[in-house]
Amino acid sequence: MKIIPIAANTFKECVRDKVLYNLVIFGVLIIVSSLLLSSITIGDVKEIIINLGLSTLSIFGTLIAIFIGIQLVYKEIDKKTIYSLLAKPVGRYEFILGKYFGLTLTLTVNVTVMLLGIYASILYLQRSLEMADLQVLWAGVLILVQLMMVIAIALFFSTFSTPAFSALFAFCLYVIGHFSSDIRQYGFSSHSLITQVLTASLYYLLPNFENFSVIASTAHGQLLSWKIFFLSLVYGLTYSTGLVLLAILVFQRRNFK
Amino acid sequence: MSIAVATQNLSKTYQAGFWKTKSVRALENLNLEVQANEIFGYLGPNGAGKSTTFKLLMSLIYPTSGKAEIFGRSVYEPKTRYQIGYLPEHPYFYEYLSAEEFLLFYGSLFDYSTLEIKTKVDHLLRLTEIFHARKLQLRRFSKGMLQRVGIAQALINDPQIIFLDEPMSGLDPMGRREVRDLILSLKKDGKTVFFSTHILNDVETLCDRVAVVNHGKLIGSGRLSELISQEITHTEIIIANMDFATLRQVLGPDVMINLGGTTLRVEVDANRSLAPLVEHVERASGKILAINPIRQTMEDYFLRVVNHDKSQGAYKSEI
Repeated sequence: MKIIPIAANTFKECVRDKVLYNLVIFGVLIIVSSLLLSSITIGDVKEIIINLGLSTLSIFGTLIAIFIGIQLVYKEIDKKTIYSLLAKPVGRYEFILGKYFGLTLTLTVNVTVMLLGIYASILYLQRSLEMADLQVLWAGVLILVQLMMVIAIALFFSTFSTPAFSALFAFCLYVIGHFSSDIRQYGFSSHSLITQVLTASLYYLLPNFENFSVIASTAHGQLLSWKIFFLSLVYGLTYSTGLVLLAILVFQRRNFK
Repeated sequence: MSIAVATQNLSKTYQAGFWKTKSVRALENLNLEVQANEIFGYLGPNGAGKSTTFKLLMSLIYPTSGKAEIFGRSVYEPKTRYQIGYLPEHPYFYEYLSAEEFLLFYGSLFDYSTLEIKTKVDHLLRLTEIFHARKLQLRRFSKGMLQRVGIAQALINDPQIIFLDEPMSGLDPMGRREVRDLILSLKKDGKTVFFSTHILNDVETLCDRVAVVNHGKLIGSGRLSELISQEITHTEIIIANMDFATLRQVLGPDVMINLGGTTLRVEVDANRSLAPLVEHVERASGKILAINPIRQTMEDYFLRVVNHDKSQGAYKSEI
């Protein structure tokens, strides 16, 4: 199994390229806001901390997923490191999977450390943790799955496009993914069959991130429906798998001139 | 003796241009056979198709037609790559890794135990003389040191055949000498070495057989002894303390005289008797510094086949 050493090397690359330095910014942000907001009532501060923490986690995670993801394959080809690597008994699919899991591991570490930071802040504020605080963890898991989808999107474009175009495509898909039900709604309200078929196809083809938008509801203390949680997990992992398979298919046919 | 590398009508055409409408032929119907345990030199001018051949054999690119096998197995079977070591031209490696980490990483791509990998890495770091710099990140390595790392990674799996694309490039004279010795010791260990180079002296010193490509076509191949005649073609005489006009008078107008600083260099036919020349030079108080018998070199052969190929002309890289 050559996926593990390639994933470990990708993780090492992220760490040495100082990707995890964003955790320092996150830490400073959480500590400063906890101290500054301590004069407000505990309930409000907790809401702000969770909102701020999860939003930062999501934004930083997305930026890393896109900007590192688009370079995962491109950099190896551009710097010609791929020549000696693929001359070893490494299947091209193992290379793509190793790259994907390497960045996923980096973001899992990132999300875990940030979640621990959020819990530390909550503990500092209310001196104890409640069962209801587990919602933050579930929200974190959903954000991580969403990030895995974004990595898969960036990786897919990275197999055949330049970083600039890959970033543009990945960012556009990320934005559109938050409005995909609007596209479907537009189709429903249209009388044209072509528009309906087109919008329905786009709805199923484009990523749907709406079920992953749980930051505000978690901060407000709303309980996450288990059904939505598991369906979102299954959807996110299936979508990511599909895109990674597509990336493998494209990569399998490539010539490295 | 078994066949290490065999290609049959191996061809590669690239589609170029924005709309991919232009076809550029990089390699055309290459038929090669490399025997096991021989050192095979693969020569050609820049852009002749040497690196394309290497990439096809490493399955980094797919052929437009034809096939390639290494030890009887298709190059596209992953198992084939257990027997291969490959040093790309101008090697680039993960610059954020140290030399040791890099070799440990590449070692982990084979089915060795951790202890075996560590032992191999240690041995290769010493063999390529970069052990002292093993903890240094590759971004701090000079070109020559990177080339050594490249050779070390090519040998990590104790391969049966080693492909070296311009292994001498970037190396100082001592480094070149070490690579030459390494290639010879690989042959002694029963390995096959397939390498490309522009340094034709190395080819003469090292190779059992050579092939020359130009414009993607094989234009010459064979045993070194068959390609280069061992016969002396002419004699070179270096003369000092004599002026050009006197020597010209002695030799007549047909003999070529080259001025070399304070000396004169004369090339005469191998069959010509040197006694009258020596006598004339001595009489004119000149001094003969050296008499060198000259035979055909690899460079002569290379230039001859490439120029012949050029004169045949009409090669079009675009089709």
